Amino acid sequence: MYSFEPSEEQKMLVDAVHKYAAKDLREAAHEADESGGFPEALISKGWELGIVQASVPEAFGGFGDHSAVTGALAAEELAWGDLAGALTILGPGVLAFPLLLAGTEEQKKKHLPPLVEGGYRPVALAWVEPRFDFDPGELRSTARRANGGFVLDGHKCFVPFAHQAESFLVFASLEGKTQAFLLPRQAQGLTVLEREGNLGIRALPTFEIKLDNCRLPAEARLGGREGHDPGPLLHSTHVALAAMAIGVAKAAYEYAMSYAKERVQFGVPVAQKQAIAFMLAEMATEIEAARLLVWEAAWTLDQGQEAARAVTLAKTAADDTVMLVTDRAVQILGGHGYIREHPVEMWMRNGRGFPTFTGLAMV
Amino acid sequence: MIDFSMPEPIKKQRVMLQTVAENMMRPVSRQFDEHEHEIPWDYINFMQMAMRATQAGSLAPREGRHEGPRLGYQILAHLIETLSWGDAGLYLCTPGGGLGAAAVEATGTPEQKEKFLKRFAEEKPILACMAMTEPQAGSDTASIRTTAVRQDGSWVLNGEKIFVTAGHKSLVDTPGFVVVWATIDPAAGRAGMRPFVVEAGTPGMSVTKLEHKMGIRASDTASIVFQDCKVPLENILGSPEVVKEPSTAGGFKGAMATFDATRPLVAASAMGVARATVELVKDLLNQEGIQIRYHVPRQKLTLIEREVIDMEVMLRGAWLLVVKAVWMADQRTPNSLESSMAKVKAGDAVTKITQRAVELMGPIGYSRKQLLEKWFRDAKINDIFEGTGQINRLVVARRILGYGSRELR
Repeated sequence: MYSFEPSEEQKMLVDAVHKYAAKDLREAAHEADESGGFPEALISKGWELGIVQASVPEAFGGFGDHSAVTGALAAEELAWGDLAGALTILGPGVLAFPLLLAGTEEQKKKHLPPLVEGGYRPVALAWVEPRFDFDPGELRSTARRANGGFVLDGHKCFVPFAHQAESFLVFASLEGKTQAFLLPRQAQGLTVLEREGNLGIRALPTFEIKLDNCRLPAEARLGGREGHDPGPLLHSTHVALAAMAIGVAKAAYEYAMSYAKERVQFGVPVAQKQAIAFMLAEMATEIEAARLLVWEAAWTLDQGQEAARAVTLAKTAADDTVMLVTDRAVQILGGHGYIREHPVEMWMRNGRGFPTFTGLAMV
Repeated sequence: MIDFSMPEPIKKQRVMLQTVAENMMRPVSRQFDEHEHEIPWDYINFMQMAMRATQAGSLAPREGRHEGPRLGYQILAHLIETLSWGDAGLYLCTPGGGLGAAAVEATGTPEQKEKFLKRFAEEKPILACMAMTEPQAGSDTASIRTTAVRQDGSWVLNGEKIFVTAGHKSLVDTPGFVVVWATIDPAAGRAGMRPFVVEAGTPGMSVTKLEHKMGIRASDTASIVFQDCKVPLENILGSPEVVKEPSTAGGFKGAMATFDATRPLVAASAMGVARATVELVKDLLNQEGIQIRYHVPRQKLTLIEREVIDMEVMLRGAWLLVVKAVWMADQRTPNSLESSMAKVKAGDAVTKITQRAVELMGPIGYSRKQLLEKWFRDAKINDIFEGTGQINRLVVARRILGYGSRELR
């Protein structure tokens, strides 16, 4: 039966996330974007909401069954607060969910509990490569077999927390197939380069890394000897990011609407002018449609059904919608939209990144 | 629970109607498009028989007809989408009352429902229609001038209606009826508007014109003139008390609620045309060995792939808005916002999809050898009737802003 009503548990989680997002994240967001990071205490508090933990089974230290739908609902709400903050708080998920989706039982038992129990620990995931036509399915970073293990070579960008993370999940092409490898930060041949400056998500520290003859044991390969299907991981990150794009879009739309109802020009609030009213109506409609596509993609993942098409539609819709909506939000605020005192220009800078953020979040 | 699984009754219905669309509609699409005012009796008679066999009765969902969860509007939306996938013009010839019956179902008294709706369950096919638009009143429905005056124990109607879908079939070809919007108090604007059921054969009512249209040519679009047309008092839809309070908007509001229910159904029809288009484009591309690769980054997609994926995004997104709006209707949750959003998006999507499809398919898209050019023509009306895309944007805007017509014109 069709139904568009989240469950009671989901509502409770989203509620808790919303309170944190509205108060803690929103208040800190501007300063974090200007200064390049969030206070640790704030991130810990967000981690304690338990979003990632709620989607990891008890057997591995979490307290719930894995659900892409629940993850999407929570990710959207957190990103509504602030995208960089959300990517930070949900960061450990980029290792937790690949382990859950593609790891061997041993790998899950070994790596999940330390990640999920206890305090917040940043994780570095390296998938994106610095070329315009980066393709997560056709990587230039390579893994080759050697001495019973693997040797990795390559160059990655947009690696979050590379300066702090103890664990790196690195994607490379093994015999033409994208595979993930788990390495410690001390791994020989792994070099973390300068922190990157980006158009948006400036409160999220990201880095380029180089892999130069980086030797790894066989166990480093996600999925063990057989390796893994990269498809589910790609689906997972696309759905997570699509959900967060909806959150950013909603934030921008709500802010613009609120402004338009207050801002008086020509004797009336600008919201009473059709040009502005129609922009808002279209923003609301596009967000609603894209959101349903994201939910359908997440639901399809949870059903274990073939998801490539649904995920592509959701991601495409979300990418386009967040760009459209955040751009319009700046437009609706006029000159004030261009000034960093208002968050809309930041949301527009953040919004543009979604097609590129592969691997920065998972559900 | 968020759930996208299609209920069994809908699955079964879709399979059945897909067969109807493929066998009863597509083979004659071109014929009725080229011969504009011929009546597709084979299709009409077949649908009447099929609906009687399944006891579907009128196309309007009925209270308490299904045990278990309410599915009435959802079933209708899927039915309309599938039939429109077949042929949007022929779909509008489906017997069973359409908008006219829907208005009676939504606002009629039990006696009125009995009197007017019973006919759709009988052996012969009957259609009904709704008449709102006038030469000087389209989006501005409050400017209608057709009057209804109480005189000697009747309502007397005077005026002219245009753009009445199925007007001829409802009043000339079958013994149906028209639900006419008239004003009982011209000075009261919207508050004076009331719906009246006028049965086929009523003296003083004549179908005067059939339009020649860009598309949906199988569907007749009629003008109806009322000249001292006497209508029984009990034919005013809703409670007769409505008459005693000419200044209240009660009657108008009640029937506007009908439009909240029917708007997503019109959007569903648009989505059928859109789906037909996207599927044919993909088929034609497949025949040339072109497959769409999902999950390849946009920078590496061919232009064609990117266009098709963009079409599929519009198609699925707009359809899900319809699915949600009719689900809300079945839940009896107010859905004015979602209905209007569905209509905005559907009108936009089918227009863009069909226009892009004809462009992409070059001479194949432009030629009458394929149905793509017909669907381009069939599509456009969906952003216009049942509330233009602009009016529906206005409705959405008012709802999200909490504005009335005074704040946002």
